[in-house]
Amino acid sequence: MGGINFLVTIINMRAPGMTYMRMPMFTWTTFVTSALILFAFPPLTVGLFLMTFDRMFGAQFFDVAGGGNTIIWEHLFWIFGHPEVYILILPAFGIFSEIIPVFSRKRLFGYSSMVFATVLIGFLGFMVWAHHMFTVGLGNVANAIFAIATMTIAVPTGMKIFNWLFTMWGGNLKFTTPMLWSVAFIPSFLMGGVTGVMLAAAPADYQYHDTYFVVAHFHYVIVGGVVFAILAGTQFYWPKMFGTMLNEVLGKITFWTFLIGFHLTFFIQHFLGLMGMPRRIWKFLPNQGLDTGNLISSVGAAFMAFGVIVMLINIIITTVQNKRVGNDPWGDGRTLEWAIPSPPPFYNFKQLPLVRGVDTWWIEKMEGKKELTPAEPLGDIHMPDASILPVVISGGLFIAAFGALYHGDKGNTWGLPVLIIGIGIALLGMLIRSVKDYHGFHIHKEELLEDDKDKGVKA
Amino acid sequence: MHVEEQFTPKTWPEAPEKATLEAKNKFLGFWLFLGGETVLFASLFATYISLKDKVPDPSMAHAKDLFELPLSFLATMLLLVSSITSVYAMYHMKNFAFKKMQFWLLITVLLGAGFLGTEVYEFHHYVTEFHHTFTSSAFGSAFYTLVGFHGGHVAFGLLWILTLMLRNSGRGLNLYNAPKFYVASLYWHFIDVVWVFIFTVVYLMGMVG
Repeated sequence: MGGINFLVTIINMRAPGMTYMRMPMFTWTTFVTSALILFAFPPLTVGLFLMTFDRMFGAQFFDVAGGGNTIIWEHLFWIFGHPEVYILILPAFGIFSEIIPVFSRKRLFGYSSMVFATVLIGFLGFMVWAHHMFTVGLGNVANAIFAIATMTIAVPTGMKIFNWLFTMWGGNLKFTTPMLWSVAFIPSFLMGGVTGVMLAAAPADYQYHDTYFVVAHFHYVIVGGVVFAILAGTQFYWPKMFGTMLNEVLGKITFWTFLIGFHLTFFIQHFLGLMGMPRRIWKFLPNQGLDTGNLISSVGAAFMAFGVIVMLINIIITTVQNKRVGNDPWGDGRTLEWAIPSPPPFYNFKQLPLVRGVDTWWIEKMEGKKELTPAEPLGDIHMPDASILPVVISGGLFIAAFGALYHGDKGNTWGLPVLIIGIGIALLGMLIRSVKDYHGFHIHKEELLEDDKDKGVKA
Repeated sequence: MHVEEQFTPKTWPEAPEKATLEAKNKFLGFWLFLGGETVLFASLFATYISLKDKVPDPSMAHAKDLFELPLSFLATMLLLVSSITSVYAMYHMKNFAFKKMQFWLLITVLLGAGFLGTEVYEFHHYVTEFHHTFTSSAFGSAFYTLVGFHGGHVAFGLLWILTLMLRNSGRGLNLYNAPKFYVASLYWHFIDVVWVFIFTVVYLMGMVG
């Protein structure tokens, strides 16, 4: 549902002049991610349904004695599970693709190849799920095909890495906290990518499978990619979201402790894995040569925790001080959002802007303008109604899931009624949503002008 | 064009289902939703194909013992015809003929209910005659889940169309409810297409062995 929402908004509601090839990279990656969400989640839904039916109603899908087959679960899960990791990483790529040009004060290098790489990663993401299943015994042909498909993904990802590097090349760099995260992201993520290619080699994977090597690999891509992006994005977009800047000094303390802690924790795990330490254990025999490595790993985790705590303190201090900032607090914003107040009004743009190229706001600033070129006269804005019903519907489904979770337990009597009540609430919510009319409302021109006077901005 | 505006057959726009921005969003969003639904059914089909005839005991009923052409042909015809009648309904919607649209939607709903009736009879038949149940084998689980998911979609579609008919019976067509009718009919066509695949993969391929 969320995926559909973004897709439709991006396809149908772009501002005048905003062609697809002028969209910010973050919008592009959100677009591709949404498509992945739309097509990757249904197999998981089906897998979960089959599992639930097995547990609750005595179905035989995964029961070999009844003719069932457990491999179906593995397939359905990974057909979802592999695109899911791209659902995680593509928005992160988008965030870095926004931050790096801003603080290099240069346009993103190879914009169109970046778009192409994003789409290609999204497409290939669906072709590689069986690389999680090399040791299941699907046969040499299947393993070879999926191994090659997996290695292919390294190509568009490598394109992105080079594009980021070339964006910085010759740029007027400014090392703010978001930029530090972005610069640290490139080598960290690259290491995760290289071990990814190692794991993609099916024969070698028989050795790595279910060891700490895999743990090290996916933490390098998920922490080094996604978590870095979340932390960088928090620092970068905080002023846009809440109208006040996070402290840079504390931000840099968070960055350095987290970066050191991250490499301390996970780098050593490559070697632990190669020494034979298996995944998914919390205790191991002492004096097997694994103790020192695990200790170093734990120390690193403490560093990361410290970094996150500093960041929470940073957020509290900033919120208490509440120093208001203007539209473009970093001074070098390139895209549309930096041209409107921070935080943005709920209708976003008073007049839809005219988009004249990639990085519209930068173009306008370079021509010495203080605001965007409007594409329409000031007029009433039509807004959709707010509605509580979606929350009611998903709340009902949550209750139903809770009932389903507990219904197969021995002696549980309330699971089934809770399941039925939950589904009832969800269906009722849909019925009301369907029967009630939502016409939306208008914000009138006069109110918009009134808004301007309050903030002292010229219309 | 305002959503609550009153229309006559002359002023009614050519594509009322896409006349407002809201309607355009709904239209595209629903197509994307159907894309997701396609993947859902594809997963169910894959599960069914891999578990077909997988029974713990060779003496239990297999696909070629169960399925009979006359019954599944009847069900197929009921659903296919209901798809045509929903096209008639949308034709009248575009011509601003509200009464005629409601009439054809009613026929669609009745045919859909007839389809559900044959499905219930069919399931009952398998359970009582062949002891082919949801829990008897992996084959049974996969069969009832695939066909039952489709049946559940049919039931949901019936309730949806009925709700729309009742809700709007007093006020006729406008640009707010026209897209709603249109989207419901799209859903109905989608269910029909899924059934065509079920008929082929489950019934026809089941009968030849």
